[in-house]
Parts: sequence; C-alpha cells; structure tokens
Amino acid sequence: MDRLTKDDVHPKILQKLLEDSDITIEDALENEMILNMGPQHPATHGVLRLLLRLDGETVIGCVPDVGYLHRGYEKMAENMSYYEYIPHTDRLDYISPLANNVAWVLAVEKLAGIEVPVRAQYIRMIVAELARIASHLVAIGSFAMDVGALTVFLWTLREREKIMDIWDILCGARFTNSYTRIGGVANDAQPEALALVKRFIDEIDANLSECESLLNTNRIFIERLDGVGVISKEDALSYGYTGPNLRASGVEFDLRRATPYLQYDKVDFRIPVFTEGDCLARYFVRADEVRESAKIVKQCLQLMQPGEIKANLPKSVLPQKTEIYSKMEELIHDFMIVNFGINPPVGEVYHAIEGSKGELGFYLVSKGEGHPWKCKIRSPSFIHIQSLPHLVKGHMVSDVVAIIGSIDPIMGEADK
Amino acid sequence: MELKELISQKLQANFPEAEFEFSEYRNEFNVKFNKKFVNPICKFLKEDSELEFLLCEDMTAVDWAKRKNRFTVVYHIFSIKHSFRLVLKADVDESDCTIDTVSSVWKTSNWQERECYDMYGIKFNNHPDLRRIYMPEEFEYHPLRKDFPLLGIPGSLPLPKK
Repeated sequence: MDRLTKDDVHPKILQKLLEDSDITIEDALENEMILNMGPQHPATHGVLRLLLRLDGETVIGCVPDVGYLHRGYEKMAENMSYYEYIPHTDRLDYISPLANNVAWVLAVEKLAGIEVPVRAQYIRMIVAELARIASHLVAIGSFAMDVGALTVFLWTLREREKIMDIWDILCGARFTNSYTRIGGVANDAQPEALALVKRFIDEIDANLSECESLLNTNRIFIERLDGVGVISKEDALSYGYTGPNLRASGVEFDLRRATPYLQYDKVDFRIPVFTEGDCLARYFVRADEVRESAKIVKQCLQLMQPGEIKANLPKSVLPQKTEIYSKMEELIHDFMIVNFGINPPVGEVYHAIEGSKGELGFYLVSKGEGHPWKCKIRSPSFIHIQSLPHLVKGHMVSDVVAIIGSIDPIMGEADK
Repeated sequence: MELKELISQKLQANFPEAEFEFSEYRNEFNVKFNKKFVNPICKFLKEDSELEFLLCEDMTAVDWAKRKNRFTVVYHIFSIKHSFRLVLKADVDESDCTIDTVSSVWKTSNWQERECYDMYGIKFNNHPDLRRIYMPEEFEYHPLRKDFPLLGIPGSLPLPKK
C-alpha cells in the first residue's frame, strides 16, 4: 500500500496538525532527553537530585545536585560550645548516630588532650560497631528494595529494631542518642543492656544468613547487580573512596587498622575485601562487615572490665548529675563548662574514624575559646556521590537506582 | 630514616623556592608552603614511589578574619602505604583570593574545591567546573566567612513569587 503524503491530507487538517505539535523529531533514534531525577525520589535515599542525559534508556551523562538538606552545621559549630554540638552530630548520618558522636568526641579529645578510661573506650567501640551493623542492615535492606526485593527490607529492619531497643536501654533514646560525652560516656552500660547486646550478637549471624538467603540465590538480584557500576582501584582512590565502597574495589584500607584509635588494636578482626568493584561486591562487603563487627563487639564484651566511665578532669569533663546537686565544687565546674566551654589550647587537629559509610573526620581549629574557631566535617557520602557520573555512565535508568543504593549515601551527612 | 624527615628532605630538594615551614602538633605533621607551588607539590607527593599519597581525604579553608593572609587552605592527604597522614597548608590573601586547583591530581578535589569556593569565595584556577555546590547559584555571599552573620542576611535568599 502506498503511504499517505502531505498532499493527501486536507490542507485545513494539516494546518491544525502542525499547530498542535511544537516538537519536531527528525530522527527518533538520534534524540537525547534530559531526565530530572529527584530531589523527591524514593530511591535516592533522601533529597539527592540527579540530572540525567539519556539516549533512549541509556545514561550518557549525569550531573548530581546536592544541597537540598544543607543546614549549615559547620557555621553552627563555630557558634556553640563543644558539648552543645554533640546532639547535632546525631543529625549528620542519621542511620548511625552513635558513630558520629564517637567521631566528634574523639576529635575534641585529641584537640584538648584528654585521656579516656578504658571501660569508656570499650563502650564506645561497642556502640560504634552496633551503629555500623544498624547502618549496614539498612543499607542492604533498602538496596534490595530498590532493585525489587521488598521482603529483605522488612527482615533487616526487624534486626535493626533490636539494636534500637539496646540503644533505648543504654542511652535512653532510640534514634538520636547523643550518648558520648567529652572524656567518656553519659552513663555506664547497664548489665541488662549488655545482656541484650550479647543476645543480639549471638543471633545476628543466623539472622543475617536468613536475609542473605533471600538475595544470594536470587537470580534477578544477582543479574541486575553483577558488573553494574564498576569502579577500578585507581579511580576509587582518586575519587577519595573510603569504607566499604573502597574495599569492594580491592583496596585493603580500614582506619581501624591503619590508624588505630580507641582499643581497636586489642581486638582481632578481618577486613573484608572484594576486587570486582561493582554493585554486587559492595553488597557482599557490607554483609561480611556486619559479621566482623559482631566479632569485635563480642571481644569487647569479654575484654571490658568494671571501672571509671569518665576521665577525672573536672575542668573539661562534665560531672555526674547527682554530684552537681550535692557538692559545691562540682556545681561550680558544671556552671563553668556549660557557660564558658572547655577552652582547648590553641591548635588544630584532624581526627577521622572508620564510620559506617567510610571515613568520617572532623577538622577542628581552636583559638583557646569555648567554641571552635572552625569545624569541618569530612563526610564520606558527599565524596561518594561525586563519583556517580562516573558510575552510571553507559548504564540503564533502572541501574541508576541500584548504583545509588550500592554506594549508600545519606543526605544528612552529604549536605551537612 | 623517619618518614617525616624523608618528606621534608624530598620536598626541599625538589622545590627549593616554595618557602617550606614544617611543624608538628598532636602527632600531625604540617607542611606549609607558598600557594604558587600547590599543584606541583601535590602531584609530586602522589606520584613519588616512596611516598604514594594516593588518598586526598579532605580539603578546606580557614578564615582567620583579621590576619594579613586572611585564609589558609588546608589539605589532609593520606598514604596507605605508610599509614601516614600529612597536612598541607597554603596561605591565601583576600586581595588575590585564588589558588591553583589540584583536581587534576585527585578527582575528589573537584567537589571539595567547589564546596570551598561556595563557603569561602576562594577561586580555584583551572578548575573544570567551579560552581556553587550547596547554596543557590544566585546567592551573593560566602556563608562560612567570619563576616557573614549566623542568622543570615535578610532578603539574600528570595522566596518564590506567588
């Protein structure tokens, strides 16, 4: 049959047709499209916005746009005392708030030169590792949900709920804990809390295997992630990758081993390393790290001895509430610390811990005043989001969701 | 030879005009130099086979408010080979508020320098994409400067029109 040409159409109708369409496509196969993804997109783990340039369904370019959750925490730190800032660190990486608390107080203690009692260090290690387990459970669950396996999310959140219950007893808060204090921790770990920790640690291996059994034999899950979002060892280092994402690219680098802080040199643990550098490897690293963290917590429980939980430095460590109400000296110290701060000596330090997402560092500059002159937060999520254009190039739109899930960004931390 | 000595000797031998100042505080080794040499020094530290500072952990600036050289740009770089962290510093004056980019050395510096530009207004020469990162494009100020008030400047962020 002969095709209809323009001449066959009634001129009036043709006129209407031309007026109706303001898009002219000369060659459908050559056409590029800009897709705006986010900031309100459920799979972007917060308010991350991506501008994607698409050719059909293939991503040929990507520009991440961050800053939708920028609250100016670095500016705020310059205007409040070191103690006042502890609750604000909870709001950075809100999936593992206790790790941020630990990172902040360690940086302040390095600046002020405070030695912390061993028991407090072990308690900090336990809560930091529990935070890592909680964070990785959420990461694995939401990652699986992003690629379509919804059940895993419910199961991993069930495990995380147990950690929340432990925090509830230990710190009195489930989510934004603010548990650490400069020079120690807020209160001693109660036997009930430690018993819950022990029970949780004993069960986590079997429970995690249960979750993994839903994924590791799932052909759809494996095939959607295998070989997707590959980053080489050299690129990962150049992009400043740290934490699980770097170890998935074959670099055995862990700050707990490289620059031991707290009592990490006393415990025995393995650093899981995978060499593929793809989304699947990043998932495997996280699952293995949960087991290693459980091992660390187990050893901490054994090594922990009864003792002091706060350093005996009345000029820079807040006294216990009961002492403030009953003793004059403690009341005065409390008043001075709350009103004028702890005044670390003039100097500048950088302290980083192995947070759950990667290297979480604080750079502090003191001029000898009660509040920091400058505070810089080195947040791993910010650094990891930067590499998204490199990771998503050449993949499908649906893979973008998987790649974002695999690098596990938290926007509270990336946007500060 | 101790690593700190090795670094200081190598740097002084390769960059005799960089006006190095070495210092140590709380076990952190600080190297301060003239800002003109920032790119070659970083390239050297990364590529030297004995040092291998492959990881640029962090970079930022400090605003000293009333000092002659108002800003100090600070880099924290890490050598996985030696498990050693090095702090690099370069002063930047307000009258010539620029410094060379190191994003050609470490790709991660790209966004870190954008953040530094956004917050302090320090321009990075030869940067591939120097745009604001957190604040809106039309924002005129640099919020982490000491002369920017904590409560913000009224009207600096216009609300969308009805």
